[in-house]
Amino acid sequence: MELEAAKMIGAGLAVIGLSGVGVGIGNIFSSLIGSIARNPATRPQIFPMAMLGFALVEAVALYALLISFLILFG
Amino acid sequence: MASPLQQFEIHTIVPINIGGIDLSFTNSALWMGITITVASVFLAFGARRRALVPGRWQVMTEMSYEFIANMIRDNVGDAGRRYFPYIFTLFMFILFGNLLGLVPGAFTFTSHIIVTLALALTVFLAVTIVGIVKHGLHFFSFFVPSGVPALMMPLMIPIEIISYLSRPVSLSIRLFANMMAGHTMMKVFAGFVVPLGAATFGIGGLAPIAMDVALTGFELLVAFLQAYVFTVLTCLYLNDALNLH
Repeated sequence: MELEAAKMIGAGLAVIGLSGVGVGIGNIFSSLIGSIARNPATRPQIFPMAMLGFALVEAVALYALLISFLILFG
Repeated sequence: MASPLQQFEIHTIVPINIGGIDLSFTNSALWMGITITVASVFLAFGARRRALVPGRWQVMTEMSYEFIANMIRDNVGDAGRRYFPYIFTLFMFILFGNLLGLVPGAFTFTSHIIVTLALALTVFLAVTIVGIVKHGLHFFSFFVPSGVPALMMPLMIPIEIISYLSRPVSLSIRLFANMMAGHTMMKVFAGFVVPLGAATFGIGGLAPIAMDVALTGFELLVAFLQAYVFTVLTCLYLNDALNLH
């Protein structure tokens, strides 16, 4: 029973990393909005880059999620 | 109720056992076959008429061609044009695998790390071999960062080598974790529908359904984005191997 409880706590702790991912994604989109507001003409060049950055940061969130799944179900 | 992870189970459809090795035809293999068929039909029939003023289907085929052609031109340059067939096949296979996996009841083979690791290791080996064939032993200067004092070299070279070797791992885990987490999340919300609806005379069940509809839209974006990221990173690795920094 204690092992079960420890697993639950561990899975919860594993997703603390998501706070950093939240900061990261917020940062990407704030810079995206900032740069498009400054120079709207650059939008076609900047937008794919922002999407690539978003996908890369989001993947980090999923690494944390994966660890928590491994703890819960592995 | 079924576990949200049950959708990732592999079932044997046609058992094949050769010399003690299990080579059974599974639902994973079936959906890979379906993916290849759909992608081939999409491209072959789209390119069949070759009209000067293209119809909708032909436009989609041309767009997918130009998308990858532009990606290679921007990231690798003209030297990368030889590798277009490989990168295009990789993109179409992952994209159609992700998209067909979103069909209810379908099996998403990209949510299995063995599939994505095989794809990523193929990319890794191919890129390394291309680099060694093109540059010979000079290729290993890739691991020596420029502008770093000689004192730091014992530290920097192992870091560079580890970061190079971790490429297939991060490439495969990114795709697999995205697909698995997305599908699990959709299943978790789908699991809320019946209990919540039973507790509130059917009204409460609408909220998780609405959430699942929104998530399906998001998953369509993720399916495309992850195929894009996988191919862009392949292009960047190829660029590293061809141009050495």
